[in-house]
Amino acid sequence: MSDTDTAVKPVMVVAAINQALADAMADDEKVLILGEDVADPEGGGVSGVTKGLSSRFGDNRVKSTPISEQAIIGAAIGASLVGYKPVAEIMMMNFTTVAMDMIVNHAAKLRYMSGGHTNVPIVIRCMTGAGFGTGGQHSDFWEAWFSHVAGMKVVLPSCSEDAYGLMRSAIDDPDPVLFIEAMPNYWTPFPPAETGHRVPLGKARVRQEGTDVTIVTYSRMVNEALTAAKTLAEAGISAEVVDLRTVQPWDEETVLASVAKTGRLIVTHEAVTPFGVGAEIAAVVQEKLFGKLKGPVVRVGAAFTPVPFSKPLESAYLPDAAKIADAATKLVKG
Amino acid sequence: MTIPNGPDGPTQVEIFRRMALLKANDDYTRKMVTGGKLFIPYYSYRGQEVIPAAAFVNLTDQDYLCTIYRGIHDLLSKGLPLKDLWAEIAGRKTGSCGGKGGPMHLTYPEKGVMVTTGIVGSSMPIANGLAWGAQLSGDGRVAVATFGDAASNIGAFHESLNMASVWKLPVIFLCQNNTFGEHTPYAKATSVEKIADRAIAYGMPGIHVDGNDPIAMYNAMAEAVARARAGEGPTLIEAMTYRFHGHVFGDKDEYMDKDVKKQAIADDPYPRFRAKLIADGTATEDALAKIEADIQAEIEEAANAAWEAEFPDVAELTTDVYGEVA
Repeated sequence: MSDTDTAVKPVMVVAAINQALADAMADDEKVLILGEDVADPEGGGVSGVTKGLSSRFGDNRVKSTPISEQAIIGAAIGASLVGYKPVAEIMMMNFTTVAMDMIVNHAAKLRYMSGGHTNVPIVIRCMTGAGFGTGGQHSDFWEAWFSHVAGMKVVLPSCSEDAYGLMRSAIDDPDPVLFIEAMPNYWTPFPPAETGHRVPLGKARVRQEGTDVTIVTYSRMVNEALTAAKTLAEAGISAEVVDLRTVQPWDEETVLASVAKTGRLIVTHEAVTPFGVGAEIAAVVQEKLFGKLKGPVVRVGAAFTPVPFSKPLESAYLPDAAKIADAATKLVKG
Repeated sequence: MTIPNGPDGPTQVEIFRRMALLKANDDYTRKMVTGGKLFIPYYSYRGQEVIPAAAFVNLTDQDYLCTIYRGIHDLLSKGLPLKDLWAEIAGRKTGSCGGKGGPMHLTYPEKGVMVTTGIVGSSMPIANGLAWGAQLSGDGRVAVATFGDAASNIGAFHESLNMASVWKLPVIFLCQNNTFGEHTPYAKATSVEKIADRAIAYGMPGIHVDGNDPIAMYNAMAEAVARARAGEGPTLIEAMTYRFHGHVFGDKDEYMDKDVKKQAIADDPYPRFRAKLIADGTATEDALAKIEADIQAEIEEAANAAWEAEFPDVAELTTDVYGEVA
């Protein structure tokens, strides 16, 4: 790949999401965007994810809102009930707590409670992740909370191509989708997606094939898992890395096929370990592959603490490539 | 915006018809709950019928409603058919939500009934979205959020009124002040003398009206609807009323002052409006009696149809959680 070859020029995740939103808005005039600071006069989003969209599609379709998370999600729900497809930005994942009633009691349940007479096709975008010293209230990963609610879908892209394709599918989807963006990944360049590309929700991607151990992960931890896989290869351990991409619903078929082959499973995520996505996957894998496992299912997540500020504490808190490689080595070599 | 002249004769009779429907339905529901035929937590609206009866004759089927768990009067006045209502509250598959919603989550989009919520205050943020949709579409529809006085103390109220005002949304916030938030009296929980005064903080008109006076209630709503349809933004209406029963029907309601309650029931707006229509020659005793008799028959027919209907198949348990992905 050369710099002059624009067709394969890497793009940053932030640009891929922006492009997905722009293409969706161009394709369907019912697609709307709302959230704090999302319009261009306010900066096109604090991280620039929605930059240029209000200038291109107008202030009516891209609306900066008051700092009122309940009102933001409520407005998205209401508009979606009457034919619109709003993409609501809740700036940081931690701020979803302010809108929990709207998300959990309303967006997720209206289809069911109405007996299918209404549905809520909204996307809720939020960013999160440790690494920027944002401390205890701006960095949490709470995908497990939302995955515990029937009616929700939960998506966590790890690269630009998937971010584009998952966003297009999330906007197409007839139900509420929580789209969690890893802030530390925003400005990392990855291969781009083709225009109109869709990644089906609930389909994992095997990012690297291997035979000794399966590492199931998603979001920014995919990069850590791939780095760990290189380290492991040098030690003669062949690791398969599965990027879930969607955790609700998660791709049981791909995970089970991989673990059936390797006999060993590590689940790693940036969220704290207890009661996390790793616990759910471990439960299903032991239930369905009980006799085929060569060792216990191992979880590598964050420490069970609030996200700390000080750098050494933050590093100790987070799972990383070294911790994944250590866990895999112990699992394979005993 | 024009100042309404008040409801004409036929409109007053229509308001009465709705009041009769709502009152008779509440009476019959309480009878069914007391008799053990209907097993639901019932949030009686008896005493509050005038508000939706008089307000909603200003709406069309295309206008939107978000109401709350004490909202069956709102739903019936907006046009939810009795058969769909009774089958739903009886948990039958022929109910408006196939038995999956129940009395707190009735939904009927054909008549603009978009959401019934069991969460205090949550009708308002969603009504804003419905109004935003109407504003974007330019279809002239309005959205109405109903809620109780206690809901004006929850954050959703304040976020919603602020956003509606900033965005000039065609939405009407219709507060039914029945003087109690569950068991707690108004003054013990609410910092202002009038909830309508809170409109000032959000730069929108606030109307304080006697919600037991059908003519005043009609006029207040007519003004708010005209403002919304003209693109002039939201209105907060505080309609004063009284809840004749406890928070949940069957509770001991010892927290309600007995003398106040006795007086409120003595002042029941239903017989008063009925007598007024006859006294001023708007309707005859026979005509109103026929309305009442027809409604009673319709309610009993709807309830009987519900008892006869089948329960949902258990296979329905797992449908409608997610839709089909195209």
